[in-house]
Amino acid sequence: MTVGAWDAFSLIIQRELRLSFRRPEQLSQPLMFFVIVTTLFPLGLSVQLSLLRDMAPGVLWVAALLSSLLSLDSLFKSDADDGTLEQLALSGQSLAVIVVAKTCAHWLVTGLPLVVISPLVAIALNIPPGAFAVMMLSLCLGTLTLSWLGAIGAGLTIGLRRGNVLVSLVVLPLAMPLLIFGAGATDRAIADISAAGALYFLAALCVFTGTLAPFATTAALRITLE
Amino acid sequence: MKQFWAMGGYAQYVWPCFALAGAIFAWNIWSARRYHAAARRRAARALAMADSEAQ
Amino acid sequence: MWTWFYKLASPPSVYNTAAALLPWFTAFAALTLSYGLVGGLVFAPPDYQQGDAFRIIYVHVPSAWMSEFSYSLMAVAGAIGLIWRIKIGHAVAAATAPIGASFTVLALVTGSMWGRPMWGTYWAWDPRLTSELILLFLYFGVMSLRSAYEDGSRGDRAAALLSIVGVVNIPIIHFSVVWWNSLHQAATVAKFGKPDMALSMLWPLLSMFLGFMLFFGAMLCLRLQGEILNRERQSAWVRDAVRT
Repeated sequence: MTVGAWDAFSLIIQRELRLSFRRPEQLSQPLMFFVIVTTLFPLGLSVQLSLLRDMAPGVLWVAALLSSLLSLDSLFKSDADDGTLEQLALSGQSLAVIVVAKTCAHWLVTGLPLVVISPLVAIALNIPPGAFAVMMLSLCLGTLTLSWLGAIGAGLTIGLRRGNVLVSLVVLPLAMPLLIFGAGATDRAIADISAAGALYFLAALCVFTGTLAPFATTAALRITLE
Repeated sequence: MKQFWAMGGYAQYVWPCFALAGAIFAWNIWSARRYHAAARRRAARALAMADSEAQ
Repeated sequence: MWTWFYKLASPPSVYNTAAALLPWFTAFAALTLSYGLVGGLVFAPPDYQQGDAFRIIYVHVPSAWMSEFSYSLMAVAGAIGLIWRIKIGHAVAAATAPIGASFTVLALVTGSMWGRPMWGTYWAWDPRLTSELILLFLYFGVMSLRSAYEDGSRGDRAAALLSIVGVVNIPIIHFSVVWWNSLHQAATVAKFGKPDMALSMLWPLLSMFLGFMLFFGAMLCLRLQGEILNRERQSAWVRDAVRT
């Protein structure tokens, strides 16, 4: 029985989600990391509330970036370890479809919770509620882009001994423009200026990355799996 | 001559730049030669081992 | 028709070509760099706005160009190795990386030194500077990725893929001064805009460009020979190459 691309996509997503929810602690770890890191900044710097507001977008985004990197490990590693990844690659299904499905599922369990919890963290950083919408939208687009980018890094470093550090080294340079525009969008929203430009750019970046990254990730998997 | 070294007051910016350029060039030369020499030694060793095994 | 190409690209052929070209690259690099340095430091008149500080251009601009050129070469060579499986591509990519990274460092630091008197700051997070810094990180990422793999062939291919992904940064660096209001453009390009730079300033600069390229060629020859030896250690032709 041949499985169409769309069916394969939804099957993989369902599988990933089911597997993720079997270990809820694994889901909450990156989220907790995000919350802890964002609170570290105001504690460590002991700044006044007004200054906190100024650095809030940057802090938020760096924390989101770091917790995304932390969670990338789970994208391919466990499947690579038990041989499932090879089976998927040999399955005859387009590996790109599988990669897209895995990345989407990954974002659903790591990026999306981050976006949902961001208002709480934003309050801790003294970001005005008026900026929340833009902040959440930018984080949504940003974490999605990070998932696409991170998949490339994860694909290139499966099975390497110090893969975690290397993934960061590989993904962070590529993520720097994202950081600039994401923090910029939230900045503008806090200053009550239209963030439309930055948001459009983020969306464009997301689409650009989402279109090309899966192919790069597929190529990376073929290199590391063979 | 003194004017040359003073670089119109910008000496503290200009000369370190050229010095660093010299350093980077020197490092490149040293590093590339070292790499090549090490590669030759390794190849020679592999050769010697293969020769002794053949005998 | 392609057999001559594959022969040309074969490791022993490239090794010998590199060995033959090395003295020429070295000699001409020395010549052009000397002319450029003397012309730029001594004979070029001081700039009417920047004074003698503009002389930094003679190391900053060529090194910035080389940093971009090397990365592009590394990405193309990696692509050739990855897509067409021509192994010499990986050797070229591996050889280019450290050289390019060193030029990126030079570009960043000399740019920073030039920025202090001109813009009042050693660093600014403007698009060109930021993307050049990203370039440095990309170089390190590629080099680290290659060395992280014990299987050299897999490391080569992973590094090649990463360098191809990162190539998107090159047009960003190049066009950043056009696309955004960059601090960088105002300081240098406009200064020497129309009419063109004075010839006495221009010739040494062109000579430095050439000199940097030739020096890069020389270093590439040296490192490439090393890379080829490392990769082809088991081959028969290596015997003769190492014996001489």
